[in-house]
Amino acid sequence: MSSGVDVNLENIWIKFGDFVAVREANVNINGGEFFSFLGPSGCGKTTILRAVSGFLTPSEGRVLIGGKDMEGLGPNKRPTALIFQNLALFPLMKVWENITFSMEVKGASAAERRKRADELLDMIALPGQGDKLPSELSGGQKQRVAIARALCAQPDVLLLDEPLSALDLKLRQHMRTELREIQQRVGITFIYITHDQGEALTMSDSVAVMRAGIIDQIGDGNAVYDRPATPFVASFVGENNVFRGKITAINGDEALIATNRSGELRSKITPAAVGKLNVGDEAMMFVRPEMLQLGAGDAKSTITAKVVNEEFEGNSYSIYLEGDGGKQIKMAMPNLGTDPHRAKGETVSFSYDAHNAVVMPAGDLASE
Amino acid sequence: MKKPMIFSEFFRNNGKLMGSILFFLVAFWIIFLILLPQLSMLDYSFRYNLPPAEVGGPKDVYTLRNYRFLVKGPEGASDAFNYVDLAVFVRTILAAMAVTIMNLILCYPLAYFLGQSKGTGFVRLLVVMLIVPYWINEILRAFALRIIFGDVGVINGLMMQLGLIDQPYDFINADIALYAGLGYAYILLMLFPMYNVIESLDRNQIEAARDMGASWIRIHRRVVIPHAKPGIASGMTMVFMLSAGALAAPQVLGGTSSLWFTQLVYQRFNNTLDWPLGAAYAIVLLVASITIVLTFMKIFKVNMGDIGK
Ligand SMILES: Nc1ncnc2c1ncn2[C@@H]1O[C@H](COP(=O)(O)OP(=O)(O)OP(=O)(O)O)[C@@H](O)[C@H]1O
Ligand SMILES: [Mg+2]
Repeated sequence: MSSGVDVNLENIWIKFGDFVAVREANVNINGGEFFSFLGPSGCGKTTILRAVSGFLTPSEGRVLIGGKDMEGLGPNKRPTALIFQNLALFPLMKVWENITFSMEVKGASAAERRKRADELLDMIALPGQGDKLPSELSGGQKQRVAIARALCAQPDVLLLDEPLSALDLKLRQHMRTELREIQQRVGITFIYITHDQGEALTMSDSVAVMRAGIIDQIGDGNAVYDRPATPFVASFVGENNVFRGKITAINGDEALIATNRSGELRSKITPAAVGKLNVGDEAMMFVRPEMLQLGAGDAKSTITAKVVNEEFEGNSYSIYLEGDGGKQIKMAMPNLGTDPHRAKGETVSFSYDAHNAVVMPAGDLASE
Repeated sequence: MKKPMIFSEFFRNNGKLMGSILFFLVAFWIIFLILLPQLSMLDYSFRYNLPPAEVGGPKDVYTLRNYRFLVKGPEGASDAFNYVDLAVFVRTILAAMAVTIMNLILCYPLAYFLGQSKGTGFVRLLVVMLIVPYWINEILRAFALRIIFGDVGVINGLMMQLGLIDQPYDFINADIALYAGLGYAYILLMLFPMYNVIESLDRNQIEAARDMGASWIRIHRRVVIPHAKPGIASGMTMVFMLSAGALAAPQVLGGTSSLWFTQLVYQRFNNTLDWPLGAAYAIVLLVASITIVLTFMKIFKVNMGDIGK
């Protein structure tokens, strides 16, 4: 199997008429990496993938695969294989013919193709199913056939366009692990598209978070989760509580924010915003539900609020509190078996560690 | 037992009254529009051509006379076979096949283009424009073609202007006008079934094949055509059946020396007033056409059931 090659997007713009679907995308993907584009529906993920696979020519910018400029090369000339959002298996061909279509194109003999199909069917744990039609397979099996078909072409880069979105939750979680395993086994570069942040975080080496054609942040799972670059990333990746306010003091990578409802609070400045925040700026501070704990702490990191609701989820509780402008603050606590329930309307104090909060210039949040 | 199940389910889904009405209409269609006319033709074809007074009399018995006539010619003829009529028959079948194939070749790219450019306003307009000529009567269209292909028609005029020819070319006697007319008469029956199936083909399948390096020819051979096969088959069936059975176009556009088999049938009914003979000729054409269609469907592995889709 070929080893992975780098993929570089240099200043890519993609326009449909006046509509800008992708704006100034600069992405460097290392060979053998599992790279994800994560973003809400319609943000331009498929469009970027089509530019990489060659179905679409960017209005501006260059696509480099393995250091080679792909300008003017069609999808059949690029070392990529695309797995479509709807898989696009050929319904009238048997499974083994589907899998080895790329060899048929190159003129391989039927015996050779059969042999290769059997190897790949073993790899995707569907031995002996080659003579079925795709319609005779389950959703997860079709999924695996689509992967085998793409891998059979021995691409240097595998492009996957939300291939798990049609599956039910259980199967999706199972396929995540399986995809990751396959990627590590074959060692080629995977570019994966999803709007599911859980999927992106569990599988990827790196994630690019996109919003309406713009890439807000590129980094590993920890970076986008713990150190989001923009309010959009902070609110789109995982759950987050937002506190709006004005910066009142800055000290190195820490800031004090006069929040609209909870007084002055202390927070770390997110790395991407260090040096860009000034006293008096409108800012947003984010604290994750699991970073909040009951009980007062330091005065500059303690909040009081009324309990709106409490949900018991077995291993944890979610406590919802009255927050900013009608939005609720969520607090997640592990169930230690000793904790008393809180009554609705009770006022509680809770606190966080300033190292676990991030503040950044105010901006758009992801819509729920 | 499967049949009664179908019926009881049909009545359950549609209610007793509606079910009965629908059932009655279908039965009416089958019996009065399909079975009775064909059966009476079949019956006719095995009888003697008798004056009205003798119908039902002792001479009115079944005979193979009419079929023998098509094969052997009249009693006591010098030739062993009825070469004239048989030649017309064979030529009609072959020409209808040629027209069918010509239409297929013309329509496939068009159907592909229309079907894959997914319902933009321009494409819809194109489709409507294709239908407009069919608002005009078939015979009128045939005459229009005759004028266009005539000695002083547009085509000859243009070719002479361009200096390609200096004498008008006789398109009528060369049967070119006939083929054009037949092709034109039924071209939409080829186009629409193909357009419908190709439109239902997922574009991603074409792109997937292209992504895996397939050439355009292979994409069509392995992906588009297999998917479009039922549409192609139903289009070809209709065009072939209707061309073989056409009358207006051959009457108007046919050359003086070439007869269409349907014209023979027409002559038997209308000129020589030998209805049983005409019926026999018509039955032979029908059976031959059906046999040919079924044979080709067998060869190309098309199921009857797929065609209705
Ligand atoms: N061929 C096109 N012509 C015009 N606009 C297009 C075209 N293709 C995509 N767009 C627009 O570009 C934007 C991005 O589309 P894209 O398919 O890349 O979204 P996506 O992120 O893949 O969304 P999803 O998660 O729903 O698949 C959308 O607003 C879409 O309407
Ligand atoms: Mg998409």
